Amino acid sequence: MNAPVSVSERLNATGTANALELRGVSKLFGALAALQDINISVKPGERRAVLGSNGAGKTTLFNCITGDFLATSGSIRFFGEDISAFPPHERIRRGLRRTYQISLLFTGLSVRDNIYLSCVGVSRSRFSFLRPRRNDALVAAADNLVDMVHLSDERDTIVSNLSYGQQRQLEIAVALAGAPRFILFDEPAAGLSPTERRELVEILNGLPGHMGYIIIEHDMDVALRVAESVTMMHNGQIFKEGKPAEIEEDPEVQALYLGGVDG
Amino acid sequence: MAVIEDKIGAVAIEPKTWFERIPAAYWLVGFVLLVMPTFASNFVLFQIFGWTFILGIIALSLMFLGGYGGMVSMAQMTIAGCAGYMIAIFGSSAITGISMGWPWFVAIPFALIIAVLLGTLIGWLAVRTEGIYTIMITLAIAAAFFYFTRQNYVIFNGFSGFNGVLPPQLFGVDWRGPIAFYYLTLFWAALCYFAVLYISRAPFGLALQGVRDNQRRMSALGYNATAHRVAAYAFAALLAGIGGILLTWQSAQISPGTAGIGPAIDILVVAVIGGMRHPIGAFIGAFIYVILKTFALDALVALGLSGERFQLLIGLGFLVIVFWSPDGILGLWEKWKESRNKDPLVDRGGDAP
Repeated sequence: MNAPVSVSERLNATGTANALELRGVSKLFGALAALQDINISVKPGERRAVLGSNGAGKTTLFNCITGDFLATSGSIRFFGEDISAFPPHERIRRGLRRTYQISLLFTGLSVRDNIYLSCVGVSRSRFSFLRPRRNDALVAAADNLVDMVHLSDERDTIVSNLSYGQQRQLEIAVALAGAPRFILFDEPAAGLSPTERRELVEILNGLPGHMGYIIIEHDMDVALRVAESVTMMHNGQIFKEGKPAEIEEDPEVQALYLGGVDG
Repeated sequence: MAVIEDKIGAVAIEPKTWFERIPAAYWLVGFVLLVMPTFASNFVLFQIFGWTFILGIIALSLMFLGGYGGMVSMAQMTIAGCAGYMIAIFGSSAITGISMGWPWFVAIPFALIIAVLLGTLIGWLAVRTEGIYTIMITLAIAAAFFYFTRQNYVIFNGFSGFNGVLPPQLFGVDWRGPIAFYYLTLFWAALCYFAVLYISRAPFGLALQGVRDNQRRMSALGYNATAHRVAAYAFAALLAGIGGILLTWQSAQISPGTAGIGPAIDILVVAVIGGMRHPIGAFIGAFIYVILKTFALDALVALGLSGERFQLLIGLGFLVIVFWSPDGILGLWEKWKESRNKDPLVDRGGDAP
């Protein structure tokens, strides 16, 4: 699976390469093309929003990047390294993270235990037979993340007792475990109240600058406030790319997206 | 059930010392088990409790896989049988033509290593399947092991197997004497029990339960679900191997029938009767099974029925328990606790989620 890497490729992997580079990625479900010939380049630290109506292929795109599905064709490079054939956990260990549209948290565990599990997942103590000690570095890391997503008061709350909005915040903390290099957020604002949306925008804007992400978001207001570039998708293809302002002004986009779905 | 247990700081609770944190039930059961030889007969010590602890350890290995990993393996008795065979082959037995006569401190580790290797191999094959297919593939392996040992005379001595397989005479103690054997099995049962309890809250055990509940999520957290499952089989094989060596010492022999299809199913029955949600279930199940197996015959004869039908009683007992509580005796216990805590106004358990 790991082809020998040339020196130039190695150098590429460290600095100059794009955080994420998709070349000709397609995903077929039988005769249905969920993704067709997708080309995307995201620079390290770049924050990109992906917009598009239901069925445009946004979540399928995420699933192909994280390896939940293998792309039918095309290549995916992560910081210069070809990860197209890697299983999900190998991609995650390289610093890629994602959140899910439908929360997949462990509802029987506490907030901190959920985050602790995610910290352990990308560390070497994954197979440890020893319980964490009080001064465990991963426990401390989990505690920091609890604070980072504004859940300090709910540290020991069992997840099933959290509000929906708090669960979405926890979902973000889980994705932030273990110093990720790039994150995919799948509709983090869906179902949130206006107050909770404001808090989400605050959390996303408060992430360290080197941490790039792609965010799928229906709410233009949220998307345009947390992203510096926008990709519009339609029917499994990329429809438009550009700065938020350009996209918002674009008559074609307005006709298709703003007019089509929301209005 | 928090992973990280330090509630100090939030409320100023006096930190408890380690022995204050042990629940009262542990003190009571521990004390009774320790002083048991002062009042129990040799038969009770050797046959009832010795056998309970051994079966409990083997069923515990299934409980670990089934309860925490969601994988029901029918091959745990096979792994135990393999360890038993290896201790007979590497160590001493009456079959001097095959047994190598290695000292115990070489033979035991080698027997356990081979049991773990076999368990890992079985796991590696079985984790590709789910649910009923896991049961089928592991049952097929159990059947293959049974017929292989019965037909192979060069290594496994075929139909008759090995007799005269005895524990070492360590510290001048005859470890097959009733009291010594009782403490030997008690020690290993307790060690295995606490090991499983401890590991269930360590990263490895938590991740295993995570894989059981939501494999996709665990992959997205960087866990290799397959590797975790195979590792669980390896650890369970260590437990089953310990049980298998003790079982061989208890009956002083090992033959194909020890690890046949019947005993493989018995282990499942033991684990299910007790309940797979907590390690103690394996030992509760083993105790009930041993009591039934030992006294059902006498009970039937006393009622004027044919003594050969004792399996029927075990089967009926199994049916009754599974019918009333799919979680075994532990499930019944929890139901009872819940009904005691029930709020008469809302008709719901007090602390149940």
